[in-house]
Amino acid sequence: MQQLIYFFRKYKYFLFFLLLEFIAIFFTINNNNFHKSKFISSANEITGGLYEKTTQISNYFNLKSQNEELILENKNLKNLLEKYTSKEDSTLRVSVIDTINYQQKYTYTEAKIYSNNFNNPNNFILLNKGKNHGINIEMAVVNSKGIIGITEDVSANYVRVQSILNSNSKINAKLKNSSHFGTLIWDGKDYNIVQLEDIPRQAAIKVGDTIITGGKSTIFPEGILIGTIQKINTESSNNSLDIKLFNDMSNIDNVYIVTALDKEEIRTLNNAINE
Amino acid sequence: MNKALYITFLFLFLLFLQVFLLNNILFLGYINPYLYVAFVIFYPLKKERYLFLFLSFLLGLSIDFFSDSGGINAFSLLFIAYLRLFLIRVIFKKTEQDYLLFNLDQEPFGKVFNYVISLILIHHFILFSLANFSTQNFLSVIVNTLYSSIFTSVLFFLGTYIIRKKK
Repeated sequence: MQQLIYFFRKYKYFLFFLLLEFIAIFFTINNNNFHKSKFISSANEITGGLYEKTTQISNYFNLKSQNEELILENKNLKNLLEKYTSKEDSTLRVSVIDTINYQQKYTYTEAKIYSNNFNNPNNFILLNKGKNHGINIEMAVVNSKGIIGITEDVSANYVRVQSILNSNSKINAKLKNSSHFGTLIWDGKDYNIVQLEDIPRQAAIKVGDTIITGGKSTIFPEGILIGTIQKINTESSNNSLDIKLFNDMSNIDNVYIVTALDKEEIRTLNNAINE
Repeated sequence: MNKALYITFLFLFLLFLQVFLLNNILFLGYINPYLYVAFVIFYPLKKERYLFLFLSFLLGLSIDFFSDSGGINAFSLLFIAYLRLFLIRVIFKKTEQDYLLFNLDQEPFGKVFNYVISLILIHHFILFSLANFSTQNFLSVIVNTLYSSIFTSVLFFLGTYIIRKKK
C-alpha cells in the first residue's frame, strides 16, 4: 500500500498527462469515424457564433468574385427557363398536363459558408443553417459548379459538412456519356484533384470526360457536376481515375443544401426488403 | 493576480490569433504557422504543473473545436507541455531552485533557439502525423512538418523581437 501511494506521488504529473492524452486520442479516433464524429465539432453555438461574426467582416473581401459566380449561375438558370417558356408558344404544346407526372423530388436551401478547411486529410465545412431551418444529417451540399459534401452534424443554427475532401467521403459517381458508375474518394494530396475508383474496365474512358453524381444514393440528385478526368492510372489495380474538380474548393462561399423529399420512402422500402 | 490575468490574456489571444487569422494564411496553398505553441514557451515555470498541463490541453482542445480536427491539437500541445521541463533541464541545465527566476530573455540566444525549435518540431510532427491518421502519405507529413516549423519559428522569433524592443 505504502509503495502504491509512493508510486502515485512520484508519477502524479505523468499519470495526469496520460489521462489527458487518452482523452485527446479518444476525440481524435472518434473524429476519424464517420458516424461518431460529434464530440468535437464547430457546429455549436459558441464556435458557430464566433465564426458568424468574423464571416460578416471577411465577406467583403471576396464580394466581387462571388457576385460574378452568382451572375453566371443566374444566366444559366435564365437560359434554362427560356427553353421552357418558348415551348408554350410552339405548335407542339402539350395539352394535358398531369401534375402527378411532375412530382418534385428535391428542394434547395441556400446557405453561407462560415468556415472551410481544405488542407487537412479530413476536412469539414461549417454552414449557417441548422435544425431551425429544416436541415438534418446526410443531406447533400452543392453549389452552381458542383458537389461540396454531405451534412453530418447539426445543431440548432449551424451544420457541419463533411467535405468531399475527406478520407471518409465516399460518393457514388458516374460518367456523363455512359452509365458506368464508381466511387468518388479523396487521397488527401491535392485539394483540386479527387479520385474515382471501381469504374468497370469495359467503360470507354478518355481524358477530359465529365464526371457527374450517379443518383444511386438517396442523398445526391443525379447529374450534379463533379469534374473532368485528368489522368487515367492504368497501373493501379482498382482502375482509379484522377478527377479535376470544377469547384475551386479553396474559394467557395454560397452553397445549397439539397433536401431529398422521398428519402424516407426509399429508406422504408429498403428496410422492408432487408427484413 | 497579475499572473493569472496575463495567462488568461495569453490563452485567449493565442486562441483567437490561431483560429481566425493564422489558420487562414495557407502560404503556397498548404503551409500554416501554428503559433499557439508560444503558450507553452511563455507559461511561467512552476513546480506545480497540474494547471499548466490542463490549460495546455484546454487550449489545444479549443483550437480543435474551431478547426474540426478531433483532438490532435490538444494531444500535441499537451505533449510538448509535459516535455518542456525535460528540455529545460537538458538544454539550460536548470534545477528546481532556478525555476522561479528563469527568464528566456536572459538566456543565450543559441540555447533559446535550440529549445524553441525542438518544441516546435516535436509539436508539428505529432500534429501532422495525427492529422494524417494513417501510414500513407508519410512524405507529406515530413514536408508539412518542416515547412510549417520554419514558418512558425520565423513568426515566433520576429514576434518576440518586436515585443522585446517595445519594452
